[in-house]
Amino acid sequence: MDRVNGAVLAARGLRKRYGGTEVVAGIDFAIQPGECFGLLGPNGAGKTTTLRLCLGQVAPDAGEITVLGEPVPARGRVARARIGVVPQMDNLDPDFTVEENLIVYGRYFGLREDAIRARLPGLLAFAGLEQRAATRIQTLSGGMKRRLTLARALVNDPDLLFLDEPTTGLDPQARHVIWDRLRQLLAQGKTILLTTHFMEEAERLCGRLVIMDRGRIITQGSPRELIDTHVEPHVVEVHGDGLEEWAAQPARALAERCEKSGDTLFCYVRDAAGLVADLESRPALRYLHRPASLEDVFLKLTGRELRD
Amino acid sequence: MSRLTDMQARFALPRPSARFVPVWRRNVLVWRKLAWPSMLGNLGEPLIYMLGLGYGLGSLLPEFTGMPYIVFIASGMVCSSTMNSATFETLYSSFSRMHVQKTWDAILNAPMSLDDVVLGELAWATTKAFLSGTAILVVSTALGLIGSPLALAILLVLPLIGFTFGALGLVVTAVSPSYDFFMYYFTLFITPMTILCGVFFPVEQLPAFLQAAAQVLPLTHAVQLVRPLFLGEWPQQVALHVIVLLAYAAAGLYAATVLFRRRLLQ
Repeated sequence: MDRVNGAVLAARGLRKRYGGTEVVAGIDFAIQPGECFGLLGPNGAGKTTTLRLCLGQVAPDAGEITVLGEPVPARGRVARARIGVVPQMDNLDPDFTVEENLIVYGRYFGLREDAIRARLPGLLAFAGLEQRAATRIQTLSGGMKRRLTLARALVNDPDLLFLDEPTTGLDPQARHVIWDRLRQLLAQGKTILLTTHFMEEAERLCGRLVIMDRGRIITQGSPRELIDTHVEPHVVEVHGDGLEEWAAQPARALAERCEKSGDTLFCYVRDAAGLVADLESRPALRYLHRPASLEDVFLKLTGRELRD
Repeated sequence: MSRLTDMQARFALPRPSARFVPVWRRNVLVWRKLAWPSMLGNLGEPLIYMLGLGYGLGSLLPEFTGMPYIVFIASGMVCSSTMNSATFETLYSSFSRMHVQKTWDAILNAPMSLDDVVLGELAWATTKAFLSGTAILVVSTALGLIGSPLALAILLVLPLIGFTFGALGLVVTAVSPSYDFFMYYFTLFITPMTILCGVFFPVEQLPAFLQAAAQVLPLTHAVQLVRPLFLGEWPQQVALHVIVLLAYAAAGLYAATVLFRRRLLQ
């Protein structure tokens, strides 16, 4: 109960049905001040609906939400004044310059013109767009647009940030820059709610996370806890000629657990030495030995079949 | 929250606040960047009709209902141009901002309500319609078609016309799946009104049943307010015309708000 009382955001028994499908089917979670909380799940798991519920844009069928001390959706507008949102799809104003995008967005928060202008240099520097203040949006790269969207979400100096897949579609360089900026924000004491498909992103940024599937929370904890709880510490991925025979015999004896996906066999083991030694003697088989990651947890819990 | 309260929230009366102003200002800022091409586009077509038909056709109609035909058509064009401007803005431009650019989504992430966004869009459409109608008035004045300062009162009627047709346009936008859908609205509503409501010829020329139909269409009431003022006379039945336009505006704004809530907030 303590955790819920001090929470920046608390959701209890949240449900939302569309037509015959319960998109959010009774979830509870609480986000503590200053943490980066991850909301993970395959497409259609209910992540975006959960965000919209927490912003007060959709009313839940059941359950309670408190955000920054305000009951949502009843006082969603008051809560949103202290929230910054980076949406999944870019929705910057294409007719405006970088600077105009920030100014116009600040007005939606009821900020005074001089207050917004005072924040501009800091926001432009944060986005690394100081030289681009007067540039039209169309000429910016994908990474620049995302940085600007992030800066725009900070125009009201929010206490809480909602980031909906903030690095989708970015190249690795641009993604690392965004991660760096998000760490800066955490260091400043901001609280972040992050949804992502990138397990690597969640592992790097999130202190705690939940994995959702079909509207339910199926597990929660820190990335390390989840890996330790749900999967063996080593993964050996094997493919090549003769995989079928090898999978039927030596693999079964040497690995705690094996999963076949396409033409690759994923072997999960506590100690990989025996398995690797065996594979070394079979030149037809190619393998990759790596530590278990959050992605292994994710795939184990949500399955390997496609979600469209 | 139960289904019942969901329904109550959807059908509640619009709760506008002064927060609509930043939405209006956003659209003003975009317009300022494109003002000249936009003005030319908005003014070009009505002026061609007005001057072409007014002087061309007008030369064949020397004694047209007691006034030069160019005066008749110019006073009608003030209304249809205002209507068209509000209609185009709330159909194509609002739809772009809502559906294509997702500008509304961005705004709704701030402490803004959908009612604020709808009112901001409507306020802007009204402003733009006012500018279009005023432009026709200015040209008419320059051509010496307006003889009385009473015509200044038209400037008070234009926002009412713009607001009414803006509200009606938003209803269509709220249910539209794509830009193509707008053609139905033009073909079934806007174009018939332009012909039936006394812009090009007096309503009295129509068969009785069409005259009756014209009496319930909003553009007729706009024309009946504007044309006398254009000629320097005080209009008949001012209260009736204003009430009809206000009724269309109120019904349109309410329907649009409910339909946008259904579309965007569920």
